[in-house]
Amino acid sequence: MAALIHQILSGLAMGSIYACVALAVVMIYQATHLVNFAQGEMAMFSTYIAWALINAGVPYWGAFFLTIIFSFVLGMAIERLIIRQFDGAPVLTVVIVFIGLLVIINSLAGFLFSYTIKSFDSPFPETMSFGRGYISPHELGSIGVVLVVLALVYAFFRFTPLGLAMRAAAQNPVSARLVGIRVHRMLAIGWGLAAAIGAVAGMMAAPIVYLDPNMMLGILLYGFAAALLGGIDNPWGAALGGFIVGVLENVAGAYLVGEEIKLTVALAIIIGVLVAKPSGLFSRAIVTRV
Amino acid sequence: MLNLELASSAEATSGAGFNARRAAMVVLGLIVVGLPFGLSGFRVFQLSQVIIYAIALLGLNLLTGFNGQISLGHGAFFAIGGYSMAILSAKFGVSYWFAIPVAGFLCFGAGFLFGFPALRLGGLYLALATFALALAVPQLLKFKPFDPWTGGVQGLLLSKPAAPLGLPLTRDQWLYFLCLLGAALLFWFSSNLVKSRIGRAMIAIRDHPIAAETMGVDLALVKTTTFGLSAAYVGVAGALSGLTVGFVNPDSFGLFLSLSIVVGIVVGGLGSIWGMVVGALFIEFVPNYADQISDVLGEGAKALPWAIYGVLLILIMYAAPEGAAGAGRSLARHGRRFLPRRESPSRGT
Repeated sequence: MAALIHQILSGLAMGSIYACVALAVVMIYQATHLVNFAQGEMAMFSTYIAWALINAGVPYWGAFFLTIIFSFVLGMAIERLIIRQFDGAPVLTVVIVFIGLLVIINSLAGFLFSYTIKSFDSPFPETMSFGRGYISPHELGSIGVVLVVLALVYAFFRFTPLGLAMRAAAQNPVSARLVGIRVHRMLAIGWGLAAAIGAVAGMMAAPIVYLDPNMMLGILLYGFAAALLGGIDNPWGAALGGFIVGVLENVAGAYLVGEEIKLTVALAIIIGVLVAKPSGLFSRAIVTRV
Repeated sequence: MLNLELASSAEATSGAGFNARRAAMVVLGLIVVGLPFGLSGFRVFQLSQVIIYAIALLGLNLLTGFNGQISLGHGAFFAIGGYSMAILSAKFGVSYWFAIPVAGFLCFGAGFLFGFPALRLGGLYLALATFALALAVPQLLKFKPFDPWTGGVQGLLLSKPAAPLGLPLTRDQWLYFLCLLGAALLFWFSSNLVKSRIGRAMIAIRDHPIAAETMGVDLALVKTTTFGLSAAYVGVAGALSGLTVGFVNPDSFGLFLSLSIVVGIVVGGLGSIWGMVVGALFIEFVPNYADQISDVLGEGAKALPWAIYGVLLILIMYAAPEGAAGAGRSLARHGRRFLPRRESPSRGT
């Protein structure tokens, strides 16, 4: 029983990271109806920036916030400089642009920081006085950080004028433009926010999966799966989907099959669910008028 | 009298156009057949790879370009084709003449079956499901209990066949012609298919599924069959690839292959048949050239080839968002303005 609880809790910890990635994916999806395949690589690059800052002697939390600011700017720059040029291009063309971005960022990270696997220290203490054997301090800490991020994002969209403007721009760009919202600027901010949320996921994941240019590939896939499982039009469903996927992955890996094919099994389960409920667990049914 | 003249002149011009076109085709055919005799063994091998990719791209394009179903996981069918080829020839000693079609049929079955859950999943969800397929197949190939069949992480070796009937060809040259034969048959088949009743049904489903269904198209049947057919093409490509490389292992069929195939069809042009040759040339040669460019940049640029590849990819998408076929169309449209305008024969009578 203790082992099962341990598996579930560390599943929740990984799940919090997937939830962050899923939230980032959904944020861009809602505004543009595109899934950013380079989201994971952007997060990986941000994590390298954090690593470089910490190595240069910046204290952890200072580096943490500097990295978030850097990622925000990077996300906005990518939207402004590259993605905007493909406004109105066919969907698969934009997908190919994302794949291009993915390989560029991946290979730049390898070039700048080398492909050797690096360890990334956790900001949380080594041991703690309670819950020993069930959950490690880092796992508890990352769940906490992610919950804070979710709360902040919720508050931002619910209670600030900018958040309201962004929701309007995503929901109905034409009307939003007519009431004076700068839709393009909202899009760029959305990309910046998504990149910043992704950076948090990367920094929380790095102590667990170690830092290397390919660290986010599996995580992105799970985040993507989480977003679809929870319903891609519903950010909170997507975040909840992240936690579900994390637990599912860990429990399946420990009890159903070995580590070797747990990815396959977890994805098969997710697809099974989607076949039964095609628009995700927590999304509204879509009615199309023909 | 006037009518007759016009008719005959129209016939003459169209006849001339036809002849020029036919002459161009003959010259192109001769070049394609002659190429392996003028190039080194490695170049011939690379060209065989191009032909193999072209077959795989055509397969995915039938699904994505003509039928509108997105798949990011066709590398999985490539793997199934390659492994069927390898297992049939290494474990059972089956001749490749027999093993290649069998690989195609097996993939047709696998694709047809995968087509059923795909019916329930549209757009992004299908992309995720096929993406998962691309990741799952290499993992399953490495799975311990299957080792006696798949050879595990090491993979399986195949012997490259020698030319039959005592033809004076090296093994690489013979494989080139084998791939060329396969490609010719499959290109001929699909260019007829997309003009047929079934092909029109495929395109109608892509453009407007509800209208297609109202017209009496059996949506489920056409979509699953297209999935199967597309998988069969990719499977044949996988089998030919296994034979040409002489070796299959799980890592050669990873996610990168699946993404390359998608890159190829978009660069070649969705819904285009001959554009796939351009797409295949792109995914075979551009990574190599990116490598050479980064060598020019100097010693420190070891990791940069992929960055250059990515930049090229984005630039090409910017310049030609509809791929080579789309660029060709718009070039033809603009080029016509500079040519002397030909009177259309039906006017003025």
